[in-house]
Amino acid sequence: MESLEQIKARAEAAVAGAKIDIVPNPGPANQPSLLIDNEHAAAVAKFLRDDPALRVDFCSNATGVDWLDRTVKKTVKVKKVVDGVEKDVDETTEEKVPGFLEAVYHLYSMTHKHGPVIIRMRTIDRVEGARLPSLTSIYRSAEFQEREIFDLYGVRFDGHPDLRRILMWDEFVDYPMRKDYREPDDYEYEPTPHDDVLEKAKQHYSSRPQLDGAENITAQQQ
Amino acid sequence: MSATIQTLDPVAEQSTRLPPQMTSRLDGELLEVSMGPQHPSTHGVFRMNVALEGEIVRKLKPVFGYLHRNHEKIGENTSYLGSMPYTDRLDYFCSMTNNWAYALSVEKLAGIEVPERAEYLRVILAELTRLQNHASLLGFLLSDMGAWGTPLMYAFREREKILDLFESLSGSRMMCDYMRFGGCRVDAGSDWMERAKKIVDFFPRFLDEFENLIVENEILIARTQEVGKLSAELAINAGITGPMLRACGVNYDIRKVDGYGFYPRFKFRVPLGEHGDTYDRLMMRVLEMRESVGILKQAFEQIPAGPVMNPKVKLRAFRPPAGEAYGRIEGPKGELGFYLISDGGPNPYRYRVRPPSFINLTVLEDLCLGHTVADVMVILGSVDIVMGEVDR
Repeated sequence: MESLEQIKARAEAAVAGAKIDIVPNPGPANQPSLLIDNEHAAAVAKFLRDDPALRVDFCSNATGVDWLDRTVKKTVKVKKVVDGVEKDVDETTEEKVPGFLEAVYHLYSMTHKHGPVIIRMRTIDRVEGARLPSLTSIYRSAEFQEREIFDLYGVRFDGHPDLRRILMWDEFVDYPMRKDYREPDDYEYEPTPHDDVLEKAKQHYSSRPQLDGAENITAQQQ
Repeated sequence: MSATIQTLDPVAEQSTRLPPQMTSRLDGELLEVSMGPQHPSTHGVFRMNVALEGEIVRKLKPVFGYLHRNHEKIGENTSYLGSMPYTDRLDYFCSMTNNWAYALSVEKLAGIEVPERAEYLRVILAELTRLQNHASLLGFLLSDMGAWGTPLMYAFREREKILDLFESLSGSRMMCDYMRFGGCRVDAGSDWMERAKKIVDFFPRFLDEFENLIVENEILIARTQEVGKLSAELAINAGITGPMLRACGVNYDIRKVDGYGFYPRFKFRVPLGEHGDTYDRLMMRVLEMRESVGILKQAFEQIPAGPVMNPKVKLRAFRPPAGEAYGRIEGPKGELGFYLISDGGPNPYRYRVRPPSFINLTVLEDLCLGHTVADVMVILGSVDIVMGEVDR
């Protein structure tokens, strides 16, 4: 198979305006991937599928990854005048990297039996901008897998024929695979609550109704 | 014999027999039926919303998630080793291959070498898993078709022997938790090898017997041939893998393509179908079992002595370097892959299972359209799904 640089160059030449970056993979697996801009993703995927030398016609795996907002601390040595003397001072700058959701596709070729070509797309942010173009029209196998990404990560795929929840039930509101997901307090009755279960249960008990004051007598005796 | 040829219009004939307000056809009206989730032939809690015209399926939407426990989230919250026994619960028929796929991905992620004996043991156990998975699938499929009980019991008799082997090796019949990244948990003794050899030597006799019983059975042929045809183009595009793909005539076996483990050292053929119908999918399993027996016999001859675990690997407090890896194997049901992203910590940042049964269901609607409700069960049976893996 061609190197990723060659694939990138050829795809950029074939699809006008496409912007592709190579995402390095530092680990021993050595599986770098191509980051494709959302606007031309479908065209690039179509090129990868139909190009006679590549023919990556089999989308094996499609999945989402959640990257939270993070701050990157950078320490730079700056020359500063302290008490009239020039000194090297460490200055830390904090840079905020906005979070995003990512869809990763592992593509192989059944015709030429090579691969993988890994492509990924990134959303603008994790809230309203969590939209990506659907690749279902090019790879049918993405149909259920994109539904799963929508279900668990909340990425809306534009152009997907049937974008519904697939594993969670339709009435479910949150996206459970996101890193900042908190499970709802779904309280179940426990006959003998204890410890932290008791603490949780107390929040769900309503205070006892005042009937005729008889409860208070037993309460005072204790 | 008098040869009088009558042209019968079934509608006209029936309408003369039935009162005028009752017709046997639902003229274009679709009846929506919810098949499942509690249905003996759906192989677990699986539901299909079917729109029927008479008895013909016009629409089919699979509904699942009844067994969903967010396996991937749990995997992100446990250590790398902690996920290993949990992979058993994915496809609970094939825990050995699940272990292998996960171990292979972690080995790719961290760059771990596996000792030679462990690789042979993995091949032996994976092929035994394939034998018992395919055998029980055939039993279930015939059971779905109405051959109630007997073929299933024949298949389960063989499966039982292999499960006994698993039990004496790993301590558990189905939830084996046998493999580790960097090797296998325990070594198999020579007595275990002897027992395994005997069972494998006997296996072709079961296959012959089973094949004699089913292959030319008229009912089986009528129920499966030309039912649920899948074209090669659609199969590739929809990411179908495993015996279901090869039944369409596409030569793609990850054992050959990736050559993971020691598969390049073994001689075996990849059986291919021609029509892509249910009969081909069924026969594909029989033929694959014969090839598996061949691989097992070679593995028993070649297996060397030695350690089964790479001593450099620290299973506890295991921290692979930052990076990502996608590893895949040819499971009995298709391509089983694990996609792992490590940020250098003790837990994976992302832990993804590529479930073959889930993705093979993508084309279920295409297979079933135009067939009767009874065929839907047969087609679903030939897809070979396990809900533990579909829902995760």
